[in-house]
Amino acid sequence: MGFSDADLQAIWLTLRLAGLVTILLLLIGTPIAWWLARTRSRWKGPVGAVVALPLVLPPTVLGFYLLLAMGPNGPVGQLTQALGIGLLPFTFWGLVVASVFYSMPFVVQPIQNAIEALGERPLEVAATLRAGPWDRFFSVVLPLARPGFLTAAILGFAHTVGEFGVVLMIGGNIPGATRVVSVQIYDHVEAMEYGQAHWLAASMVVFSFLVLLALYTLNPRQRTF
Amino acid sequence: MPTERHALAADALGSDQIRARFHLDYAEFSLDVDLQLPGRGVTALFGHSGSGKTTLLRLIAGLIQVRDGHLKVNGDVWQDGRTFRPTHQRPLGYVFQEASLFPHLSARGNLAYGMRRVGNAMDRQALTQAVELLGIAHLLERRPHQLSGGERQRVAIARALAVQPRLLLMDEPLAALDLKRKLEILPYLERLHDQLEIPVLYVSHAPDEVARLADTVVLMEEGRVRALGPVADVFSRLDLALAQDQEASAIIEGVILGHDVDYALTHLGIPGGRLTVARVDREIHDSVRVRIHARDVSLALDEPGTSSILNILPARILEMREIEQAQVLVKLCTGASKATPLLARITRHSRDRLRLREGQEVFAQVKAVALMD
Repeated sequence: MGFSDADLQAIWLTLRLAGLVTILLLLIGTPIAWWLARTRSRWKGPVGAVVALPLVLPPTVLGFYLLLAMGPNGPVGQLTQALGIGLLPFTFWGLVVASVFYSMPFVVQPIQNAIEALGERPLEVAATLRAGPWDRFFSVVLPLARPGFLTAAILGFAHTVGEFGVVLMIGGNIPGATRVVSVQIYDHVEAMEYGQAHWLAASMVVFSFLVLLALYTLNPRQRTF
Repeated sequence: MPTERHALAADALGSDQIRARFHLDYAEFSLDVDLQLPGRGVTALFGHSGSGKTTLLRLIAGLIQVRDGHLKVNGDVWQDGRTFRPTHQRPLGYVFQEASLFPHLSARGNLAYGMRRVGNAMDRQALTQAVELLGIAHLLERRPHQLSGGERQRVAIARALAVQPRLLLMDEPLAALDLKRKLEILPYLERLHDQLEIPVLYVSHAPDEVARLADTVVLMEEGRVRALGPVADVFSRLDLALAQDQEASAIIEGVILGHDVDYALTHLGIPGGRLTVARVDREIHDSVRVRIHARDVSLALDEPGTSSILNILPARILEMREIEQAQVLVKLCTGASKATPLLARITRHSRDRLRLREGQEVFAQVKAVALMD
C-alpha cells in the first residue's frame, strides 16, 4: 500500500498552498515586521497584538470571521464580486487568503526579532557610506538578519501545511481545490481507512521533524517558540 | 530664544567654511547652536558627556533630523528650511565610536561597500591611499572578528576615507579602546591631521586628544556652545572649566631650530622666543606642538641667574583667578609680541607675597615641556 491518487493530489495541493502562502507572507510580513521593529508609534502595541491573534485564537474562530468577511455579504466578498473575481470561500484562493492571516505571526515575529537585534547602527553606517533605504535593506538587513528570514519562511511553510480548522471553515473539502493533507487524513479516519491515514499521518510526523531539525541546525541559539 | 553666534575671525576662516545652526528640544535635553567653523583642519567638538557634542555631529551627518536647522558645508547647502539631504546623499565620511564594521564582509569588503556606491570601484588610488594612511594593507582579507579593537577602528577610518568625503566626522573614535590601542591609533590620526585636505570634525571628551589633534576647539556645555577658537586660545581661557582642571595647560606651536648634540637637547622656536627640550628626533624646520602644564610653571619677579631650570621666559600677567582656596591660576603671555599664552598655577600665598597684579612683567620658569606630536 502507498499513497492513493487522491492522497498525492492532496499532498501536491498542500505544497502549492504552503509555498504560495510562504512567498506572500515574506512579501507582506517583512514590511510589517520592519515597521514593528523600528516604530515608536503608539500603534505598535495594537498592531503587534492583531498580528499575534492567530497564536491564541481557536482556528475555527478565525475561520468563521474570515468566512463572513469573504462571503457574499461581507466587505471582502463584495469587493471581490465587484472586481469580477467572484467569491473566495470554498476556493483555493480563499484558502490562500485565510492561511496568510493564520500563519502571519509565525513569519512576522522571527523577522521582527532579527531586525530588532540588528539595531540602528548598521543602517546608519550604511547610510554614511551612501547606501539609500532600499540598498540598505538588501545589502545590510537581509544578509545580517538572514537566520530570522529563514526561520520565518520555514515556520510559515510548516504552519500552513499543518492547518486544519481554518481550512474546514473556509475551504470545505473539495478535491484538488481545498482538500489538503490534514483534511484528507480526517476523511480517511472518518471512512475507517486507518491504513491510508497512517501513511499520510506518518509522513506529516517525519516532515515536521525534519523541519524542526532544519530550524535548530540553522539557528542553534535562537529558539523562536 | 536668540542664540549667541559663534564664529572665528574671518581671516582664520578663509573662503571655505561650515555654517551650522540647529535647534532641538527633547524633554530632558535641548540643543541650540549657531556655528561657523573653518572649512579645513581638525575642529574638536569638546565637552563632557551629555553636553550635546555627539548630537551635534549626528545632526550634521543627517542621522538626526530637526526641522529647525541650517547647514552649509563649503558652499553646499545640506539642510535649510526647505531642503533636507538624507545622510546617504551627503558627501561625508563618518567614524563611529565603536568600529561598527559590517560583520558579513571582510575588511576589503567593508572598504569596497562605500567605494562602489560613490562610483569609485575602479579608483585604486583612493583605496591605496586610505589603506596606506591607516597601515591596514596586511589586514584586508580578514573578517572583523579576526581583528583587534584598534585594527577594526583603523579599517573603519579607512572605510570612511575611501569614499573621498568632503567632510570627515569622527565620534570619539578612541573612546572604546584601552590606552594601549589608543596609543596605537593616535599616530595615524596625527597623520590624517597633517595630510588630509578636508575639514574634520572630531568629537572628544579627552583634553589630551584635543590638544594633540585639533586646530580649532568648540567647547560644548549643556547643548550650547560655550567657546570657540584656536586650540591654544580655548585651552588658556581662565573662565572655562578646561583651565581649572588639574591638567590645565597651554598649547604652543613651535619649530625645530636646532639640536645640541653634546647635551642631547633640542631648541624650539616659539612665537617671539625659544624653548629647550630633551632631544627630539625631528628635522630642523619641522613644526611641533608642545603642551605646558600650569602646574609646571612657577613665577619669579627677577630673572633667576642661577637655576637648574632651562626654560625661563619673560612674560606679562594678563589675568589671575582663584581656583581653589590655596591656588591661583595665572594667565601670562610671552614672546616678543606677547602672542604666546602660558598658564601658571601658584599658591595664593605666593601671589600676595610677590604682590603680583595684572599687567606686571615677570619671569616664568617652565619645569617641563611635553611634546604632543
